[in-house]
This record gives sequence, structure tokens and C-alpha cells, in this order.
Amino acid sequence: MDEVKHLVAIGASAGGIEGVKAIIKALPEDFVSPIVVVLHLSRSKETFLVELLGKGCKLKVKEADNQEALQLATVYVAPRNYHLLLEDDLRFSLSVDDPVNFSRPSVDVFFESAADVMGPRLTGVILSGGNADGAIGLAKIKEMGGTTVVQDPESVRFSAMPEAAIRVTEVDFVLPVEEIAEKLVELSAANYKAGFMDGDRYA
Amino acid sequence: MILEKEEYPARNVKQAMRVREADSMIQSIFSIEVELVVQAIFLRYGYNFRDYSRASVKRRIAARLKKEGLDNMAALQHKILHQPDFFEEIIDDFSINVTEMFRDPEFYLLMREKVFPVLQQRKSLKVWHAGCGSGEEVYSLAIFFYENGMCDNTQFYGTDINNRSLEKAKAGEISIKNLRNYNANYQAAGGNSSLVDYFTLTATMARLNDNIRKNLFFTEHNLVHDQVFGEMDLILCRNVLIYFNEKLQRRVLRLLQKSLRPGGYICLGMKESLYFSPDRDNFEVVDGRVNIFRLKGKVEKDSGHG
Repeated sequence: MDEVKHLVAIGASAGGIEGVKAIIKALPEDFVSPIVVVLHLSRSKETFLVELLGKGCKLKVKEADNQEALQLATVYVAPRNYHLLLEDDLRFSLSVDDPVNFSRPSVDVFFESAADVMGPRLTGVILSGGNADGAIGLAKIKEMGGTTVVQDPESVRFSAMPEAAIRVTEVDFVLPVEEIAEKLVELSAANYKAGFMDGDRYA
Repeated sequence: MILEKEEYPARNVKQAMRVREADSMIQSIFSIEVELVVQAIFLRYGYNFRDYSRASVKRRIAARLKKEGLDNMAALQHKILHQPDFFEEIIDDFSINVTEMFRDPEFYLLMREKVFPVLQQRKSLKVWHAGCGSGEEVYSLAIFFYENGMCDNTQFYGTDINNRSLEKAKAGEISIKNLRNYNANYQAAGGNSSLVDYFTLTATMARLNDNIRKNLFFTEHNLVHDQVFGEMDLILCRNVLIYFNEKLQRRVLRLLQKSLRPGGYICLGMKESLYFSPDRDNFEVVDGRVNIFRLKGKVEKDSGHG
């Protein structure tokens, strides 16, 4: 079972770090899908992001490295000041191209590249944030057959990001943050089960 | 690449499609089209972008399609194949044009502290910035060499695949607006005067003074297929490797190593390392945070380049 069949991509900005923390903390230790977190943060906070998210999380949390291959049951955090992208062979690559939506890393950049590689095997999640980054990326995920999840704008501190996402995409699930982890468990399981049924192993 | 991954026994196209769609790791159609364009560029012009990070290439091609108002890749490919002038634009797209003076000030700070004292003992020096773009970091190095009494006996080489950028680099000009922004970097990097002292100002532009500029040389060099470049005391190659796949990173690291004198230094970007180099044991780590490495080997003290 060491093949990556499903990926979760989470994008957040202002007010989003608590949401990310709550979600990954609530995931069980047998959660196999890798998770990639793209967060905009002020410089002072970012240095400690991996430590901050790792505390109390049952999964391994680390910064995504240049040309690192995706591993199961791991939470990757996009490094500060670089865009993060996903290659066809499921490795990460980094770029110092200009900021997108005033952001580097940009949620759109990772979501769009991951959508092209993962197609229906991708779940994109948008949490609290003060700008529209992620909306185009989430639309791309939907277009490529992936699943879209947005934190309920009623329940976030900064609603611009989830609202922008909902505006351009017919989102599959709009949920309060406490229900997102459970949904991810369900989607991950479904993808792994689907992989089995399609005969990869029983052909 | 995933293409050769498996052969599917299929009786007809529909069935083949179904089986391929069930596989989680099949390339998207766009990804296939990008691969074909990259191959077309290689066959037509000899520029090899096949080992560039495909995700970044996809992004740039998507942006170019949008900019040209083209709705399909076949039209773009036709334009690339039939219009060499247009291909220049594509080179511009594919090369890494993002640069600034004294980028990552802490890197410059640590280089001054850990590398300069050693270089100051050498009589003549050669410095190479591989992938220099429009030259801002070469200017930065030259200014710091000047401040430490090494500028006059140093030859600085900046290379790139992008001729447009190299022309800018040769002109030695930056905008006054940028000069202001770069001054903050310069101060953070430990500069000991004001950056404007090294420039002559016109209405909108700032031109690097001749006493700094006279030893700067800019020329075309392609890390993908060109050969060893001189016997260098110091090589900068920062935020270039991240745009290459593992295979190409390995090739470039070997090329850089062969272009160094024993005891020479190589400086990579903040998220790059010698990890993919089969020769990494030949280096010692001078600073692991900002990625400065020194090629082991005996240095003849006080010797120049003959």
C-alpha cells in the first residue's frame, strides 16, 4: 500500500493556521493520503510552522523539499518565499517566480499544478484568508475532476478567501472546520478503495 | 515521466481509455501536449528543456497560451516551429529572470564573514555566477569585493541562456526605484556605505560605476549542454537547480565542481543542496544554512592563475 492514490491540498491565509492545526490534529494515525499545506504567514511566524503544526499531530509533519517524493501519511508544509509545485512523478519542485496574488507561496500555484497531476485523486481545501488566492486553483481542481472543500465563511475569521472560492466554483462541501477532518478521512478511504476495485491489484 | 509505466492490454480505444482513467498516475492531456512541445523545441532549435522541472514549464506554457490568446497547444507549437523570433519569447519564458541585488542578505553577510578572509589571501581571483539573469547579483558581488579590496584583481563572469537578460546585465543599469529597494538588502547584508555611492544617476536609471564594472564579463552559457567554465575561486548558482529535475541537477553539480579550483567555493540557493551530487563528499560544508560549500583539496597559497 505504498502508492499515493490520493492527495489533500490545504490553502489558507490570515486566520487559517488554527484551522489547519485543528484539522491535521484530528486526523487518525492511519490516515494514508499525503497532505500539502500552503499557508501565507508573516515572516516572524513562519519559521516555527513545522514545529507548530507538528505538535499533537499523529502524522509526520515536515517542510517540502526540492525534488522530494511524496510519501504516504505525511503532512508537507510549503517553504517560505518559494512557490511549491507538484511534478508528474509525484515529486515536489520549488520556484522563485514572481508572487501570485501577492503571495509566495501561492495557493493557486500549488493547486493548479497538483490538479493537473492528480486529476480526480485530489481534494482541495480552502480555509480562512484575507485575499482571493486559491480560488482559481480550486476551480482547476474541480475542472480536473477532484473534490473541493471550503470552510464555511460564516465560521471563519477572514472570509474573503473562502468566499472567493465559493464564488467561482460549485464547491462540493462547505463545512465548519470541525467537520473537515472527518470528510477527509471519508474521501481518502474512498479513493483508496476505488484504486483497489479498479483492479490495480486484482487484475 | 509516467509514459512508459505500463502497457495495457486493450481491445479497443474505449476500453483502453477506461483502464487508463482508472490508473491514478496517468498524465493529463495538457501534460502530454507540453511534453510534445518540449520535444519539438529540442528537435527544431537544439535547446533542451526536457529535464527542466516540468511543473514550472507547464505553468509558463499555460501563461504563454493565455497571453497569445491561443486556445490550443497545436497552434502554439506551430508558431514555435515556424517563427524563430517567437521562439525567443519562449526562451524568455523558460529562463529564470527573477533576481535582485543582495538577494538573501544573510547569505552575503555569511559569505563576507566566512569566505572573504580566505579569498583575500589569493593574488588573482575568478568568480562565476551561473544563471545570472540580468546580472544584479554579479553587481552585488563586485561591490562587496570592492569594499574588501579584491575588486581590481578579480574577473567576474556572469552567464545565462537568455541573451536579452545578458544585454541588460552588460548595460550595468538598474531603475532608480529598484536601487532604493536594493539599498535595504545592501544594508542588511552588511554593506558599509550607501549603495547609491556605486552608481551614477540619470533621470530614471542608475548606472554602475566604471571602476566596478570594468572587470565584469557577461556571456551565453547553457548549463544543460555546455562545458566546464574556467578555474573558478567562487561560483554562485542560486535558485537555478530548483528548476531542474534530479538528473539535470546531478549533471550541473558535476559541471560546477569541475569548474572550481581546489579550495574553491560554491554557493547554492537557500533550498538547494549538494544532496543529488554523487561527488558531495568532495566538499566540506562552510555554512549549511545558506548553503556555502568548499571543494576539498590543496590550495597553493598566494598563487594566482599563472
